[in-house]
This record gives sequence, structure tokens and C-alpha cells, in this order.
Amino acid sequence: MNFMLDAISWFLLASGCFLCITGGLGLFRFPDFFTRMHAASITDSLGSGLIIVGLAFQTPGDWLVVAKLGFILVFIFFTSPTASHALAKAALHAGQKPWQKQT
Amino acid sequence: MRHILFLTAGLAFLWLANSGHYSGLILSLGALSIAFVVFVTIKMKVVDAESQPVRISYRIPLYWLWLSKQIILSNISVVKKIWFSPSSIDPAVARIKTSQTSDLGRVIYANSITLTPGTVTLDVTEDEVEVHVLCRESLSLLQNGVMDQQVKRLES
Amino acid sequence: MFIAAAAALLISMLFALSRAFLGPSIYDRILSVNMFGTKTVLLIAVLGFMMGRPEFLDIAIVYALINFISIIGILRFFEYTHPPVVNSSEQNGESDS
Repeated sequence: MNFMLDAISWFLLASGCFLCITGGLGLFRFPDFFTRMHAASITDSLGSGLIIVGLAFQTPGDWLVVAKLGFILVFIFFTSPTASHALAKAALHAGQKPWQKQT
Repeated sequence: MRHILFLTAGLAFLWLANSGHYSGLILSLGALSIAFVVFVTIKMKVVDAESQPVRISYRIPLYWLWLSKQIILSNISVVKKIWFSPSSIDPAVARIKTSQTSDLGRVIYANSITLTPGTVTLDVTEDEVEVHVLCRESLSLLQNGVMDQQVKRLES
Repeated sequence: MFIAAAAALLISMLFALSRAFLGPSIYDRILSVNMFGTKTVLLIAVLGFMMGRPEFLDIAIVYALINFISIIGILRFFEYTHPPVVNSSEQNGESDS
């Protein structure tokens, strides 16, 4: 049982770290600000979610730690869309043009 | 009154889950600060159906489950684009009709769109949202209005 | 194994930081700093588990709060104090309105 929990936890942590690195790579492979925002949104949503759920599997029975991890997760999930919406709106307001594919 | 009770319960849960010390002194300090916060929010007149959405709170876990599925699916497609074909993206800006009637519904809808990778909300008006999408396929997924219906059901 | 997770997080923080240095417009930089802040929260949590002291989670919660407030504050500042930029590859800030 303990081994199973450990395996699930490490799987979640590894895929979360992979997603974080992918998001960082996406910042370099996409051409303009608005498309880079989609790459950053990967790490904010699923990357942090997987890492925090993976950490929660490391503490069986310690409900305080799980509750605190849950607070962090809910807080990130509530604030990251707000922050990226404010960012996109400020960029549009300042006259940034979204990049379009040349056809 | 229901909203005040809901707020007090939420604050008490926040205190108990974050403190970890259950001696008499700490608990009474917690009760004191909860009472103070509730007093201030009543004075500010912000305790209403918008800040304390009691009505939707028992349906929201199901919605979160559905939203997580959407997030995982769109994450996979964006990750594929980043690693294998960053040149295949086709970004576009479009306005999409929503059927939301309340401010809360509009905010939940816009934030859910932003939270799924590949789509970002740029602007929200009375009956439309302006979105920026990473490729046009996800635009058609938004236009058929599945997420809109889910948020609508949350409030009914 | 926590060390591997922390190392992976540090690598992606390095990506975010270098984009913050390179980023052509001010918004690219703010985006990278926001991402960097989210990673820092996760790194603090992982480090807490690595050292066997989950009390670090309190610091992570506080850092998440500060990160959000600071991003919103910086955006309010730049949304209203800078002249609109026409070309995204051009640095804004030096030109006067």
C-alpha cells in the first residue's frame, strides 16, 4: 500500500516537473507575447496542480499538511487566471498586436 | 443571515486548518479574529450573494472535476505543440456569445476559459467574451458552447 | 528524489528568468516574473518536504499571496503610466508621451 502511494506520488511529481519545463521551453519557442501566455498557462494550471497533488500523497494521515497544500492549490487556481487576464488586458491597452500566421 | 453564517464557517475552517494548535488561548484568539473580520465585512456591506455564493457551493466540486478533465485534455495538445511543432500554431482573436445572465456566471466562465491552456480571455462584455486562441480548432470547441452550458447549470 | 524535482523546478525557473532578461516588451517580462513566482511557491513546498519540515508550506502560502498582489500592483502601474507602444520589438519606457 505504502509502495503504491509512493509510486503514484513520484509519477505525479515527475509529470508535473516535465510540464513546468515544457512551459519554460514554450516561452522560447513561441513568437509573441500572447502565444507565450498560453505556454505560461500550462505551468500555472496543470504543472502546479500535479506537483501539489503529488506532494499530498507523501503525507498519509497528516491532514493539516494536506489542507495547507489544498489552500495553495485553490489559491493558485483562483489567482492565475485573474493575473493573466489583467496582463492580457494591459498589453492590449498598450497597443500590442497579436501575432498572426502569414498565409 | 445565511451569508454571514457561511462566511463565519469558512473563516473558522481556514483558522482551524492553518493553525494546528488547539489550546484554549489560541482558539479564543481565533474566535476573536473571526468575529473582528465578520464585523468589518458587515460594516463594509460586502456580505451578499456575490461574495458568498452559497447557492452554487455544493455544485462546484462536480464542475471542478469536469474542468480538470478539460484542463488535462487541452494541456496535452499544447504540450504536443511546444515539443514537436511550434510552427503549426495559428493564433486568432474572436468574440464568442455567452448566455450568462449574472456577473458571477460571467466571471466563472471567463476564468475557466483562461485557466484552460490554449485559450485566454481578453475582454468580457454583457453577452460576449473576446478570446485569444492558440489554434483555430479550440475556437470551434468554444463556439459550440459546452462550457457555457456547464457554467449555466452551476447557477440554476 | 525530491532533489530531482527541485532541480527540474530550478531549470524551468532559469528558463523564465532568461525570458525575463531577453523579453522584448515589458509584458513578456511581467509574464515571466509571474511564472517565476508560481515556481518559487512550488519550490518552497518541495524544499519543505525535502528537509522534512512541512512548516515551509506556511511560507509558500504567504509567498503565493505576495506574488499575486505584486503582479497586480505592477500591472496597474504600467497600464496607466506608460504611453502606448506601437511596435512590440521596441523598448517602451524611454520615449516620452
